[in-house]
Amino acid sequence: MSEHHITAGFLPLLDSAILVAAREKGFAASEGVDLTLVRETSWASIRDRIAVGHFEVAHMLAPMPIAANLGLTPMRLDLIAPLALGLGGNAVTVSNALWRAMEEAGAAGPDDPAAVGAALRKVIEDRRGQGSDRLRFGVVHPHSGHNFELRYWLAACGIDPERDVDITVVPPPLTADAMAAGRIDGFCVGEPWNSVAVAAGHARIATVKAAIWRSSPEKVLGVRADWAVAHSDTLARLLRALYRAAAWCGEAENHEELAAILSGEAYLGQPAKLLLGALDGRLETGGGIHRFADFFLPMEKAATFPWQSHALWFYSQMVRWGQVPHGETNAEKARASFRPDIYRAALGPLGAALPAASMKVEGALTAPTPVGATSGRLILGPDGFFDGAVFDPAELDGYISGQRSAGARQRP
Amino acid sequence: MPPRSLSVLVIDENTLRAAIIEAGLREAGHEHVTIVHDVNGIAQRIAEIEPDVIVIDLENPNRDMLENMFNLSRAVRRPIAMFVDQSDQSAIEAAVDAGVSAYVVDGLRQERVKPIVDMAISRFNAYSKLARELEEAKSALENRKLVDRAKGILMRSKGISEEEAYTLLRRAAMNQNRKISEIAQSLILASGLLDE
Repeated sequence: MSEHHITAGFLPLLDSAILVAAREKGFAASEGVDLTLVRETSWASIRDRIAVGHFEVAHMLAPMPIAANLGLTPMRLDLIAPLALGLGGNAVTVSNALWRAMEEAGAAGPDDPAAVGAALRKVIEDRRGQGSDRLRFGVVHPHSGHNFELRYWLAACGIDPERDVDITVVPPPLTADAMAAGRIDGFCVGEPWNSVAVAAGHARIATVKAAIWRSSPEKVLGVRADWAVAHSDTLARLLRALYRAAAWCGEAENHEELAAILSGEAYLGQPAKLLLGALDGRLETGGGIHRFADFFLPMEKAATFPWQSHALWFYSQMVRWGQVPHGETNAEKARASFRPDIYRAALGPLGAALPAASMKVEGALTAPTPVGATSGRLILGPDGFFDGAVFDPAELDGYISGQRSAGARQRP
Repeated sequence: MPPRSLSVLVIDENTLRAAIIEAGLREAGHEHVTIVHDVNGIAQRIAEIEPDVIVIDLENPNRDMLENMFNLSRAVRRPIAMFVDQSDQSAIEAAVDAGVSAYVVDGLRQERVKPIVDMAISRFNAYSKLARELEEAKSALENRKLVDRAKGILMRSKGISEEEAYTLLRRAAMNQNRKISEIAQSLILASGLLDE
């Protein structure tokens, strides 16, 4: 019998795939880990249950551990992120009515967020002229990649996320219904919920996370900090199991089996064919099937590595939208929330190609590029932001003050 | 002068559980209790009710939305924090174990709020116990029906009395270290196959 019991909470989203595969394909068992997965209904519930010890680890929005360590959660909770659960996987989806208006305003393919954003801006200006209500967009949580990438995209397109639109929180499984009921005009959410809304005939995928910021971080494995210290061996076993599971998820020939597993009632409970598109990067946008580069990467391009530059970018957005004041102590807490040291120590024995650096300049690579690795060959990029901006973690202060003056008005 | 009685809002999609909580709070002397089952339009309701304490089922999928709303001063005039006291870890654990989350407006004294949260926790636990007992009673009834049918089959096929049939079933259960209802189920299944 296994001595390493771990209970992990997850939400029904495509990027729970690595956790699910670790259990269902035996990667956890072969590391001696008895992994129990518990499906939850909200990120708040994941947070509460990890705080009181129902879960040791959980599928989490990447900014969640940062928010917890910065004291933005209702209870005292210290979390670490020693592994990322893939890159990409989200889309911005709008109602059919809003898409028609955007199309008239010049929106075309989903690969060009600047053109789609320019069309949205024109629609917003027209609506303002007509005295219409502000458009409402749903995101899944204030401390989420969805909230930050939607705001980043809007602001870079000259749309003030605080004044020109309303941004509200909608649980992922309820996004399609909220759109059908007219409560929201668009949303930024992880798969399969964009595909579910499109398949139901309510919506159109306007653009995707991978086009707004290619190879960008999304979910992480969140771990209670005190548990990680007391159970470092068990955690290392889990990380190795997840790494192997990620490699399995990344192989195209496994996508059909993975989609079938994830479609089960205990996991996503959605038709496998709606999951397969996102795994293959071929999504039905509502205007035909579109092939997206690097739509969701579970393994390639160091997709499981917890880059501290990712943590700092999320932090820069938390500062930008008034969630936390900027300061040296806060920035350091945010950076230290991601733990590449634990990742390297656990995966070193596998002989995996691990990045030698813990931070990188985000948005600097315009093509796939070999980078320094502890062993083997590691290719990163392209990793550009759609507006051509670059985030250099060594220039955090400058980036934060620069974005403050850019377009969008700040909350007082 | 006694302080104004606190206003409590219970958000629960489970109407039976909500009624149990409401009854408990009223019995304890809380007059201002509002129950909401559907979160649509909740911001408006909260603005009208101005609750001091909000009790929500932990598994409500709209909690992220509600927490976000509590953080925005537009919907709620006073900031709302979770639970009674951040440092009271055992209270937080009791609440999460019971499946309830409680939000309290800032500035309220702990001793005024704690009885309300404790009441919610105990009523949530009482509801879970009730639900579990109902489930057990249902399965006990089903098991008894299974055993009765199996006895009938044995009585007909072997020409034995009810008591003898029951003894046979019980002995088989003991020998195989299984529940008597499981033996009954196997027998019914096998007899059905033989009849075909």
